[in-house]
Amino acid sequence: MRIVIAEDSALLRDGLTRLLSGGEFEVVAAVADAEQLLRAVAELQPDLAVLDVRMPPGFTDEGIKAALVIRRQFPDIALLVLSQYVEESYATDLLSEATNAVGYLLKDRVAHVNDFLDAVRRVAAGGTALDPEVVAQLLVRRKDDPMSSLTPREQQVLRLMAEGRSNGGIVEVLKVSPSAVEKYVTNIFAKLDLPPISTDHRRVLAVLKYLGA
Amino acid sequence: MTALLVAAVGITLLGVVGVVWGAAIFSLLTGAGDAAHVALYVAAVVVGPVAELMAVQGVTALQRSRLRTIAGIDIPVGSRTAERKPWPLGPWLSASIWRQVAFHLLSVGIGVAAGVVAVCWLAPVIAVTYLIVGAPSGAPAAVSCAGALAMLFAAPWLARQVAVADQTLARALLGPSQSEEFALRLESLAKSRAAIVAATDTERRRIERDLHDGAQQRLVSLAMRLGLARARFSDVPEPIEQVIAEAHEEALLALSEVREFIRGLHPAVLNDRGLNAALSGLAARAPLPVRLTVDMAQSAAPGVEAVAYFIVSEAITNVVKHAQATQAEVTVASDGSLLRIAISDNGVGGAKLGGPGASDGGTGLMGLMQRAASVDGTLTIDSPPGGPTVITAELPCES
Repeated sequence: MRIVIAEDSALLRDGLTRLLSGGEFEVVAAVADAEQLLRAVAELQPDLAVLDVRMPPGFTDEGIKAALVIRRQFPDIALLVLSQYVEESYATDLLSEATNAVGYLLKDRVAHVNDFLDAVRRVAAGGTALDPEVVAQLLVRRKDDPMSSLTPREQQVLRLMAEGRSNGGIVEVLKVSPSAVEKYVTNIFAKLDLPPISTDHRRVLAVLKYLGA
Repeated sequence: MTALLVAAVGITLLGVVGVVWGAAIFSLLTGAGDAAHVALYVAAVVVGPVAELMAVQGVTALQRSRLRTIAGIDIPVGSRTAERKPWPLGPWLSASIWRQVAFHLLSVGIGVAAGVVAVCWLAPVIAVTYLIVGAPSGAPAAVSCAGALAMLFAAPWLARQVAVADQTLARALLGPSQSEEFALRLESLAKSRAAIVAATDTERRRIERDLHDGAQQRLVSLAMRLGLARARFSDVPEPIEQVIAEAHEEALLALSEVREFIRGLHPAVLNDRGLNAALSGLAARAPLPVRLTVDMAQSAAPGVEAVAYFIVSEAITNVVKHAQATQAEVTVASDGSLLRIAISDNGVGGAKLGGPGASDGGTGLMGLMQRAASVDGTLTIDSPPGGPTVITAELPCES
């Protein structure tokens, strides 16, 4: 998997490069701002771009804007956006363009190395990785509280689905049997009046749409 | 002498303009004769008030500069409200112009008094002249000399009295009136308060930026490296593995504490996307379920949004600390001129707020009220024993 990294902090750029080197991963370029990122992506055509939100020159949402540009120009390149803060309004922007092969995670998640690498693989494979905090932010804005009709276990499963996890991923996190997860998912879709969906990706899409992202 | 001169010039100017205006009106009323005269009179009547106004203001300026150069005192200019009223008649409706006119009339008296002072200073010269040429009234020489001496001795005292009277009058009539002075004071207080609020805001942003670029990046890097060590060295002896795991957890905790601190201080998203976007994070991170409803047609001034954010942030912290609530609700609505914020919970109530300076039991509600007041807003607390507690803030959208 060929990766381009854009991160203005040299310390983190080095750290990420080290983390994403070796094995299946290869960092083909590590740059410090959005402009260099767009150039590197156009030139190198990587499989995945890992990028920071706040970069020079404005230090606001350059990463989100760059991600949207990349998605429009090169729809096949997967995008993983990292940030010190995750904000539902940035997530909504990012997801407005596409919900496949896209991730938006708090930088802290990098420190849970194996989980992070799982998220990288998931996004590169066309899936979604939304930070649990983004999902929580989407939930506080729902007028009819979707959580009130769900059992605590079902609430957990809904959150995990919104993060972009597959049934297998949910099984791993909750340490329950695959058939139990299937039952929860069926119940959630029935309670929220969503049509039953078989594939992981379309399921994520339905849940995010339901949450208003 | 200058006082006499300026007063004379001033009053003559005002008088001439006034008389011409009055005469023009009189002529119009009593029948003006041919069309050319009527036109002339009408022009005089129309131009009169404007010319008089300019004359009053001109003479006032002259008097001000006289007082500045001769007496060395600066008479502060009152509020500019008179000048801001629509010409030509608007300024005549303000008290300030009439106070100036009164001064110019009274300054004739001051001028005359100054003339008397001058005569006093010259008394010996006059007396000597009389002695040489012979006094017209035929007063005895001794009386002339004694009178002249008395006048000379009285001169400095008299001069001081005239100067004091002159300056007192000028301060009272040319300077700002008491209400104008209060208005000026209020204006300057409002300006300095706005500057302080803005400076606090800038300082918070700077701290946020510094932490983001410094400590936060280092902590992420540290946590990432420890995470890498934890993932890659799983075959090390148990005690070492445990130390690495603990260090990793500590680093993550420090990272989330710094982020939480900044969240309460001034999150970047507040600058970037405004209050509406910033509140999602606040509500989602609360340790109890918070329902958020925002209805803002347009954003408020950045300083006001920062205060609103702070109020919501502190109010939620209060709910968590004191209310024993299981859920809270935040509603923010704006009609473009007023930003209304309500934070309610289903807790035990009984939140109290003392008077100014009183203790509020450490709930920080006083601080919230002061923050609201810093942008001319109000904050009310309704918290009967047994609950529920509702905190309502109303902030003007423009600061």
